[in-house]
Amino acid sequence: MDIFDNLAMGFGAALTPLNVALCFIGALVGTLIGVLPGLGPIATIAILLPITFSLDPLGALIMLAGIYYGAQYGGSTTAILVNMPGETSAVVTTLDGHQMARQGRAGPALAMAALGSFFAGSVATFLVALLGPLLVGIAQAFGPAEYFALMVFGLVGATVLASSSILKAVAMIFVGLLLGTVGSDIETGAPRLTFDIAQFADGINFTTLAVGLFGVAEILRNLENPEQRGVLDKPITGLMPTLADIKASILPVLRGTGIGSILGILPGNGAVLAPYASYTLEKKLAKDPSRFGKGAIEGVAGPESANNAGAQTSFIPLLTLGIPPNAVMAMMVGAMTIQGIIPGPNVMTERPELFWGMIASMWIGNAMLVIINLPLIGVWVRLLKVPYRLLYPAVLLFCCVGVYTVNGSYVDVIMVAVFGVVGYGLLKLGFELAPLLLAFVLGPLMEENLRRAMLISRGDPMTFLERPISLGLLLLAAALLVIVLLPSIRRKRDEAFQE
Amino acid sequence: MRFKSIALVALTAVGLAAGPAMAQTYPTRPVTMVVPFAAGGPTDTVARLIAQEMSGDLGQQVIIENVGGAGGTLGAARVAKADADGYTVLLHHIGMATSATLYRKLPYDTLGDFATVGLVTDVPMTIVAKKDFPADDLKGLVEHVKKNPDKVTLANAGVGAASHLCGMLLQEAIETPLTTVPYKGTGPAMNDLVGGQVDIMCDQTTNTTGQIKGGAIKAFAVTTPDRVASLPDLPTTKEAGLPSVSVAVWHGVYAPKGTPEAVVKRLSASLQKALQSDLVKTRFAELGTAPVAQDRATPAAHAAHLKAEIERWRPVIQKAGVYAD
Repeated sequence: MDIFDNLAMGFGAALTPLNVALCFIGALVGTLIGVLPGLGPIATIAILLPITFSLDPLGALIMLAGIYYGAQYGGSTTAILVNMPGETSAVVTTLDGHQMARQGRAGPALAMAALGSFFAGSVATFLVALLGPLLVGIAQAFGPAEYFALMVFGLVGATVLASSSILKAVAMIFVGLLLGTVGSDIETGAPRLTFDIAQFADGINFTTLAVGLFGVAEILRNLENPEQRGVLDKPITGLMPTLADIKASILPVLRGTGIGSILGILPGNGAVLAPYASYTLEKKLAKDPSRFGKGAIEGVAGPESANNAGAQTSFIPLLTLGIPPNAVMAMMVGAMTIQGIIPGPNVMTERPELFWGMIASMWIGNAMLVIINLPLIGVWVRLLKVPYRLLYPAVLLFCCVGVYTVNGSYVDVIMVAVFGVVGYGLLKLGFELAPLLLAFVLGPLMEENLRRAMLISRGDPMTFLERPISLGLLLLAAALLVIVLLPSIRRKRDEAFQE
Repeated sequence: MRFKSIALVALTAVGLAAGPAMAQTYPTRPVTMVVPFAAGGPTDTVARLIAQEMSGDLGQQVIIENVGGAGGTLGAARVAKADADGYTVLLHHIGMATSATLYRKLPYDTLGDFATVGLVTDVPMTIVAKKDFPADDLKGLVEHVKKNPDKVTLANAGVGAASHLCGMLLQEAIETPLTTVPYKGTGPAMNDLVGGQVDIMCDQTTNTTGQIKGGAIKAFAVTTPDRVASLPDLPTTKEAGLPSVSVAVWHGVYAPKGTPEAVVKRLSASLQKALQSDLVKTRFAELGTAPVAQDRATPAAHAAHLKAEIERWRPVIQKAGVYAD
C-alpha cells in the first residue's frame, strides 16, 4: 500500500504557501459565517464561486472545503452562545451546549466542541485517505430501502432527544413530519399544502424553520426578563475545560468520531443523522441520563465530534465517485466543472495530486481551525455580556440577511417571523423543538426513499425485510423503541399498582 | 485593459448611433444574470462561463444571481417583472419551453413577457444504464426492456427535469411504459444508477460524461444529430435506431419584454462574442457540448426555437399527464 507516498504527494501539493493561505482564508471565512446566524456555507460558497475562477483547481477546492468545515465549527458557536442552530448538524448542540452557556460554562463547551471536532476531523481524514476508495463500494450497497430503514432508526432516536414528556416529543415529531410534506410531490408533481404560493413549491427551507423556531423564539423568550443583562444566569467560571470535563468527554468523542465517520460515507447525506445518533447513544450510555438537556458536556463533545467526522468523510462520495451527497458538495462539483475537471471515478486516478492534496489540506485546515477557534473563545464568551438591546437587534438583522440570501426571497423572511411566534408558543406550552426539527429533516428523506423502494420492488413491502442491511436497521429501531418506551410503561404500571 | 473596454464602449456607441440615447451608454452599471437554479449545477456552470466572457466585452460585470425553485419558474418570474432596461437578464434552459405546459398556472406568459437575446448551447443527452445491465447496444437495450417491461426501472431527477423529458420521449419511442423512479436532482439518481439500484436513465452529458469515462455506468447513445467530441465512440440515437429520441438541453438568454431593441442587440452581440472565446469553447467541450452557431445566438433564431419547442413538448407532456402544479 503506497498510501504514504500518496499522502506525501498530497502534502507536497497542499503545503505551498498559496494553498496554505487559501486554506487559512477558507477556514477563517467559514468560522465567521458559521458564527453569523442564518448565513450558511451554501450562500457563502455561491458568493465566492467567481473568485475561484482565477485560482488553480486545487487551491479553489481547498478554500471551498475550508469554508465548509469551518462553518461546521462556527455553527456550534452560535448554537452554544445564543441557542441558534445555523445548520442541521448544530441542532443537537443547542440542547446541552446552550444550557452550559447559561450556567456560565460557555468556555468549556466551546473548547470541548473545538477539541472534539479537531480529534474527529483528524481521525476521519485519516479514514478518508486509508479506506475511502474501499468504503465507497460498501456505501453503494445502500439503496432506497436501506435509507428508509436508516431514517426510521433516526426518527425513533428523535424521541430520545426529549428530556421531559415522551408524548409531547412524539407530538412534535408528527408536526415536523407534517411540515416536511409541504411542497411538490416528488413523483406526480402535485402541490401539497402550498396554498398556491409559488415559494412553497419546493417546501420549507431548513434555515428558515431553524432560525425562526430556535433563534427568534429564544429571543422572544429572553425578552420576558428585561432586567436580566445577558444570556448568562451565572458568572463565567473558567474558559477552558477542567480535567473532569476532559475525562468525561474522551469516550463520547471516540464514539462520536466512529458514528460520524460511518454515516458520513453514505452518499445519501447520512451525515445529517450523525450528531443525533451520537447524542442518543451518549444519553443511553450515561449513568444519569437526566443530566442531558441540562448542560451535560458529553452531549456537546459527542455530537460535535460526530458532526465533524461526518463532514470530513462526506467528501468520500464526492472525491471517489464524483457524486455530491449534499448541497454544499454540489457546489464543489460546480467549482470543479468550471475549472474543467469533470467529477467522476476518474478524478482519483487522473488527477491524484488533486485528490490527495484535498485530503492533506483537511488535516492542515483542522489544525488551523483549532488555532483560530481556541483564542477566540474568550472573545465569544465576552459577547454574552453584550446587553440584549444591542445583541438581539444585531442577531435578528443577521438572521434576516442570512435567510434572504438562501433563495433571494422575502417570503422566507416573513416565514422566519411566523415560525418565531409559533416556536415561542410551543416553548411556553412546554414542547421541545429539537424532535420537530429532526423529523422535518428526516421526513422528506424517509418518504422519498420509501416510495422509491416500493417502486423498485413493485409494491412489495417485503423488500425492507429481505435486504439484510435494511432488516438490521429496522430491528435496531425496534429495539431502541422498546428501550425508550419500557421505563415509562413500567412507571405507569408501578403507579397503577400503588393505587 | 481599461483602455480596451473604453474603446469597446466607444466603438459600440458609434455603431449604434442611430439607436436610442440609452443604448449608447449601456451598460453603465453591472448587469444581473438570473440563473433559475442552484449555484454549482450544470446551468449555473454554463451561465458563469458566459457571464465571465460577457463582462469583458460589456465593460461591466455580469453578476450571477441564483434564484432557484419551482422548476426554474420563480427565477423566470423575477425577470419577467424586472425593469426592462437590460440590467436584469435570464439564462434558462429547455425548461423555459416545457414549463409552459408543465405548469398550468404560470405567473408569467412565456411567449409574451420576454425578449429573446440568443441561444447559447445545446447540451446533448445520453441514454445510460447500470454497469451490469444485460445489453451492449441500444438495440439490445430496447429488446431487453420490451421483454421485461415490469422489471426494468427508469430513473429521473424529478418532474420537469431534463432526465424526465428524455425519459418520456424514450418510453414513447419504444412504446413501452416503464416504472419511473423519481429522485430529487441528478446527484442521488446517478448514485443509485452507479450502485445498480435502478436500471436506466437518460441525462445530460454534463452529468454523465465523468461516470461513462470512469466505467461506472454503461452508455448506449447520444440524443443529438451529431456525435459528441468528448465521447467519440458513442453512436447517436439516429444511428442506433431510435431517431425519435432526439433532444438537447438548449440554453438561451432572455431580457424582460420591452427592453429597448438596441440594448437587446448589444447583449446579443456580446453573447455571440463570448461564444467564440477559446475558454468557453474548451470548457464546453469538456462538458460534452459546444457553443451554438453564430446565426443561432440571435434574438430571431432564439424566438423561433422557443416557439417550436413549446409546440413540440405540449403533446408529449399532455399525453404523459404529468403536471408540476
